Amino acid sequence: MSDKSLVGIVLVSHSAEVATSVAELAKGLAGGAAAVPVAAAGGTEGGGLGTSAELISAAAASVDRGAGVALITDLGSAVLTVKALIAEGDELPDGSRLVDAPFVEGAVAAVVTAATGAGLDAVESAATEAYGYRKV
Amino acid sequence: MLDADFFRRWMAATAASVHREADRLTALDSAIGDADHGSNLQRGFTAVRSALEKEAQDTPGAVLTLAGRQLISTVGGASGPLYGTLLRRTGKALGDAAEVSTEQLAEALRAGVDGVMALGGAAPGDKTMIDALAPAVDALADGFAAARAAAEEGAVATTPLQARKGRASYLGERSIGHQDPGATSSALLIAALEEAAEG
Repeated sequence: MSDKSLVGIVLVSHSAEVATSVAELAKGLAGGAAAVPVAAAGGTEGGGLGTSAELISAAAASVDRGAGVALITDLGSAVLTVKALIAEGDELPDGSRLVDAPFVEGAVAAVVTAATGAGLDAVESAATEAYGYRKV
Repeated sequence: MLDADFFRRWMAATAASVHREADRLTALDSAIGDADHGSNLQRGFTAVRSALEKEAQDTPGAVLTLAGRQLISTVGGASGPLYGTLLRRTGKALGDAAEVSTEQLAEALRAGVDGVMALGGAAPGDKTMIDALAPAVDALADGFAAARAAAEEGAVATTPLQARKGRASYLGERSIGHQDPGATSSALLIAALEEAAEG
């Protein structure tokens, strides 16, 4: 499986710090996941809180290895912007998908799964299943 | 018949009224949202206006598609993809006709509103932009003045509603008693149609 290209992961948050930190956290907890292409797209281009379509497109392009790109978002405009970009058709790499998942737990599950060389469907299910990890 | 110039005037008139009303939109948004609706839309429609000045679009559909793209990429809040989808879907529905009738515009706007409802999951009565847009599209058959009146009435009628979508929905019953900022800006967009028709 090692010659197979890996699924890319994009983390979209209203905050640049949150997106970057969760990317580091997911890669750190995934152990040996250094090869997984993960990019953060947080905040606006001006550095404020919000969502930037340009940053999302650039992040998706940077992690695209031809195996698909899983986009995990926080809420509100992050979700709507990714959906609108996917509907646009040519703004994101082929095989880009909004993954319905909790932001932190979903990111960790996605990166761990992507590191095994699993395809986009498996990465998506792993991230979505993170909704079911009850804490109490 | 409505040509590309009409649609450029529509976007320019919207940009002007968003600029004029930016403080009011932000004040409404500070009551039940995150106090950025006026400045976000101002940034978006300023980008729309300069893009339309730079790139000559010769059909109504092309004008609205370009405007929608600009909103998606420049607004920075949920109103960007929502208004962007409204204008892009409307533009796509108009196709590549050089001129369109008011009836065709009404039909295309209906497709645009459907696109917004599909994207955001809002229905009429959820205290969103849909509450101004849906009645305006229905009234468009009676002319731009009727559409403006219906949109303004729809926006005012959001005041007693409880928000069911977006950040305002976290407030629950505390969202009651405030006019929705998105419905208010939607009424500005519809009112600008009448200005565009006056030339």
